[in-house]
Amino acid sequence: MYQLKFDEKRCLGCPDGACLVQCQYLNFEADPARKEMVKIFRGEDSPVLQDCVTCYACEEYCKRGNHPFYLINERREDKGILTAPRAITRQWIHIGEPKGKYELGKIGKIALSFGFMPQLKEITRGRLFEDVMPSYFFGQEFFCNVVYIHFADTKVFKERLPVVIENIHKLGVEEVIFLHDECYAAFTSLAPAYGMEVPFKSVHYFEYLYNRLTALKDRIKPLNVKVVYQRPCSNRLCGDSHLFVQKIMDRIGATLVQRTYQDETALCCGSIFRAMYGYDLMADVQGRNLEDMAQSGAEYCIFNCHGCMNALSPLVAARGMTPLHMIDLCRMAIGEKPEGGQ
Amino acid sequence: MDRIVQALVEIVGTPYVSDSAEERYFYGRDPGLMPAHAPDYVVLPRSVEEIQAIVRLAGREKIALVPMGAGMSLSGLVIPQRGGIVLDMKRMDRILKVNEAARYVVVEGGTSTGKLHAHLNRYYPRLRFSTPDSPAAATVAANVMIHGQGRLTQQQGFNSDMVSGLEVVLPSGELCRIGSCALSDDWFSKGPPLPDLSGLFLGWFGATGILTKVGIKLYPRKKMRDVEIFITDSPDFVPGILYELTHTEMAEDINIFAQPLPLIFSGNHHIVIYFTGDSAEEMELKKRILFHALDGFIRNKDGGFMTVGEGMKKTLLDMPQRSATTFADVTKGGGFEYSGPIVPIDRYPGCSRKLDELAVKYDLKYHATARIIDKGHAMMFAFSFTFNRADEDMLNRTRMALSEASEYALSIGGLFWKPTLDEQRIALEKMDPQTARLMKRIKEELDPQGIMNPGNWEGI
Repeated sequence: MYQLKFDEKRCLGCPDGACLVQCQYLNFEADPARKEMVKIFRGEDSPVLQDCVTCYACEEYCKRGNHPFYLINERREDKGILTAPRAITRQWIHIGEPKGKYELGKIGKIALSFGFMPQLKEITRGRLFEDVMPSYFFGQEFFCNVVYIHFADTKVFKERLPVVIENIHKLGVEEVIFLHDECYAAFTSLAPAYGMEVPFKSVHYFEYLYNRLTALKDRIKPLNVKVVYQRPCSNRLCGDSHLFVQKIMDRIGATLVQRTYQDETALCCGSIFRAMYGYDLMADVQGRNLEDMAQSGAEYCIFNCHGCMNALSPLVAARGMTPLHMIDLCRMAIGEKPEGGQ
Repeated sequence: MDRIVQALVEIVGTPYVSDSAEERYFYGRDPGLMPAHAPDYVVLPRSVEEIQAIVRLAGREKIALVPMGAGMSLSGLVIPQRGGIVLDMKRMDRILKVNEAARYVVVEGGTSTGKLHAHLNRYYPRLRFSTPDSPAAATVAANVMIHGQGRLTQQQGFNSDMVSGLEVVLPSGELCRIGSCALSDDWFSKGPPLPDLSGLFLGWFGATGILTKVGIKLYPRKKMRDVEIFITDSPDFVPGILYELTHTEMAEDINIFAQPLPLIFSGNHHIVIYFTGDSAEEMELKKRILFHALDGFIRNKDGGFMTVGEGMKKTLLDMPQRSATTFADVTKGGGFEYSGPIVPIDRYPGCSRKLDELAVKYDLKYHATARIIDKGHAMMFAFSFTFNRADEDMLNRTRMALSEASEYALSIGGLFWKPTLDEQRIALEKMDPQTARLMKRIKEELDPQGIMNPGNWEGI
């Protein structure tokens, strides 16, 4: 079975305990934070194992190359500490179970991964994708299974992820453009952290969009709109891709309005909180986030993840902003009609 | 021409009488598993007077008479066991009166639930009735006659509890009004404060008279409606969850489903909670109260609110729901039937485990559904099976599974809902003998010749 690569010495020498100090849901000073992580590594009890809400942000806060959240996850599983109600975990495990109902486009050397999100098939249209479509794959056979780290169930992805890697490899692709953060993070963060080899190049769709917009720059008519961006939890596992948000906005002439909860201080959409913890945490986080968005004066709320979009679209719309996926915003900039606006 | 056909033609006109083999075939069966039995005649009256004349004819000739709505009970309640006349009510489908202020409607005995639903949507958008999840062709009268349930059953009880008056043609041919409408043209109460005589007819499946008009209560229709689903991995938690939810009095309707397919639903019990409101604030308040009611289960990891995607939400919010139609074709061949006893909600775990056991024993695809009645006083638990109508062996296995489910329900204190003839017999045998004798006296007093839907509530 795959083992997490975690270096205790990096925590012992950590100057700031950023993983827990910066956490928006726990309250730690630097010294206790550092000690707590060492305790967790050594298998001792820690309040973190009970109280962590699985926002994934500590993976980004740690600048020393360790994987604090993956470690918390491992220890929770070792100790049988459930994060989610059993029924919720069971349901998600069933959702990702391969059923032989996958879908393949005309696969080339470069392919799009829709993971297991059917909505992505609807929005990957037009000139932005003309150089790669219809090379795509979709279905549980290609589903990254990273979501199970919300549920402290590492067994599932340890069993399934190597099979998924092999399934993609068998398609003969050299480069995969991932349209969902979790999938991209599965191959660029989680797999390496567990020593799994990935025999293809992984590209985040933000990078792909930016490059396509650059190639199509003559078609771009600056949008001149003010937008806020809802950063998803899984983007914390692949922080390198976040840099492209500002670059894309600059490229299409959209103003990314500054607000309190963005970049490293972004707040979760609340979807996973409602399933795991009920109303209060969800309502508190969504309420602060939406108020912050509304105060910014933005016209559009731009989504990266359809899970976030499902959770927040009606709430965003009720506050007068138009919910839109990043791909649709980029399509608007080159004069195409969005497919996924709500 | 047959003498009876001639007499019927004189009452309703040639186009509305038939003794042809095709019609008799069609009217001799329902979509369930009960054996067919053809009538001798089919007649479609258009007025109360015509019905009275038909009833008097049947009485004179001592011919069995079976009043029929859409014939969708699935348990053979309008299969004419002794032939005779099937009296199809569908031509009597007028909506006679809506009293908006007193919130009730009066419809003719053949009015479909779909027609009433559409009428209220169009002309009275602030009013609604307890829409059942049967196909829209099901009639309002037949639905209350079988003690049906609908979207307001969690709040208001059986749909028959929402009756506000009846007009009945008795087996003698006399016309009788039940409730406030017996004293005036107001149809606001089916009995109280007078003696409630509606019990002489409701639940008797036409064996004591024919409902020619039905008044039913209407209720406020809110502008917004939403749904959440709480899931748990053990049936043992379900009664407690229901107790907490009903305590809040915030839910419009509460249903439960559990099924092995598709895989996403496997192993969990899904408590579907509907709520309504006139503003976003009201909706949020109700949602918060409903969520908080289950905090203890969430804290203990015994259950949680699942994500309901837009597609699923749309399906669930549909009225009536069409999921049963989809389920009927899980096993190719289009067969679907359920035994749906009314049981106290604390019997859910036993019913759920029994259904699992029956599905394995008889090798059948199954689906459990339940609807909470009157804030948790009881629930309808449906042991549902899907089968291939062309597979005789599977039909037999389904019959045996349904029969065993009914026996089980009775053994745990449940009551058969829309019971088959066999189930009626079993219920009469089990009930207090004095109660059974009272029912017999009522039947004999109202229908001394035994011509009304014979076979039903007999066997004493």
